Amino acid sequence: MMKDLAFTINGNAVMVRIDPHTLLLDVLRETLDLTGTKRGCGEGECGACTVVVDGEAVNSCIYPAWKVEGCNVLTVEGLGSREEVHPLQESFLEKGAVQCGFCTPGMLMSAYALLQKTREPDEKVIKKALAGNLCRCTGYKKIIEAVKDAAGKQNKL
Amino acid sequence: MFHKYYRPKHLAEALAVLSEYEGRARVMAGGTDLIVQLNKGDISFEAAVDITNIKELRYIIEEDGIKIGALTTHTDLAQSSLLRQKAPSLADAAGEVGSLQIRNVGTVGGNIVNAQPAADAAIPLMALDAVATIVSASGARQVALEMLYHPGGGTILDPCSEILTEITFRPPSDMGGGSAFGRLSKRKALSLPVFNAAVVLLPAADDKNIMDARIVMGPVARIPFRAREAENLLRGNAFNEDLFHDAADTASREAKPRDSLFRGSSAYRKKLAQVIVYRSLIKAWKDMGC
Repeated sequence: MMKDLAFTINGNAVMVRIDPHTLLLDVLRETLDLTGTKRGCGEGECGACTVVVDGEAVNSCIYPAWKVEGCNVLTVEGLGSREEVHPLQESFLEKGAVQCGFCTPGMLMSAYALLQKTREPDEKVIKKALAGNLCRCTGYKKIIEAVKDAAGKQNKL
Repeated sequence: MFHKYYRPKHLAEALAVLSEYEGRARVMAGGTDLIVQLNKGDISFEAAVDITNIKELRYIIEEDGIKIGALTTHTDLAQSSLLRQKAPSLADAAGEVGSLQIRNVGTVGGNIVNAQPAADAAIPLMALDAVATIVSASGARQVALEMLYHPGGGTILDPCSEILTEITFRPPSDMGGGSAFGRLSKRKALSLPVFNAAVVLLPAADDKNIMDARIVMGPVARIPFRAREAENLLRGNAFNEDLFHDAADTASREAKPRDSLFRGSSAYRKKLAQVIVYRSLIKAWKDMGC
């Protein structure tokens, strides 16, 4: 039986009518049309679906939607927009940390969660925080450089 | 697939739902394993009882030993300064699970109940001689982690009527001892262990001899496996590297890993057991502050 689920998405309160077994990724992509969050492996192995729930990075593809009842969910759409690019996104662009772009939203959300907790992460800490996000194009070097760059302009984050 | 989703705030409420469904409802914590199994169609049940809203089951405290609430996440374990100091094997192991996204959601209770033979948190907990508290509508019982497993695989806990609520153990450091965890996987993240092991070493009153040793390895059997012969070899003897070599050789002989295209050949993993058990013994010895 479908029921109403209330939570906050990118700063806005929403109510969606969903099934008991609906997963967060499907609420985001299918119900709310927020297609920035990607479906990769569908089993928590690639991180393309990473979103931030109450400050913690989670894999939305294996996250029951009912877990976010009353929570704050942040997706890449809430990070920045084409007009107002978030400093972290700016760093990804400037450092060339984007190739095909499919892993990028997940990378950004993992990096965002890290920078909210750790003001000056070193390379080891960045790698550990991004280890759950697979990229099949770039080899990660530029992505790590981008996160370092963003950490350097913390006052804007 | 399930048709009802419950998120009780209290244990009693969760148990009431389970009773009402008479075996057709299943306990779910983080869901990082369960949702994948559901999606593959490996399992199904009528109602999911998500217990992660029971906030009082998430804690790590020191009170007559260390007590850990079953809903404590792997991130909580890995970041716990208490565990880093008193049971580093558990903190290290929890930090190796899956990825940060998985560790943020997956719980220590789930790691145990899911009963994988190389469950990264269960392996050190068994070496720490941990005891699990299991609650059902008919009361609570305490079971040594080791007794929780069926020799043929899986646990004796019924996830449709029982809830694992707490894990307790006496930290080795309280007895002058040490603990360590070792692991090898294909990659450094998002990779199941090819082999993992946890050891605990406890010194005798003279500090020169080993009073007790526990060595647990995975995945070399259907459940986490204790290398009892290696433990016996260590017990009563003086701490030294040669003895650790002998014990690691013995543990390697006891291990019965299967040939696996995914995890590697049995011969390779027996060799790994030798290396990783030896290194873990050295590390646990150092953890004693020697």
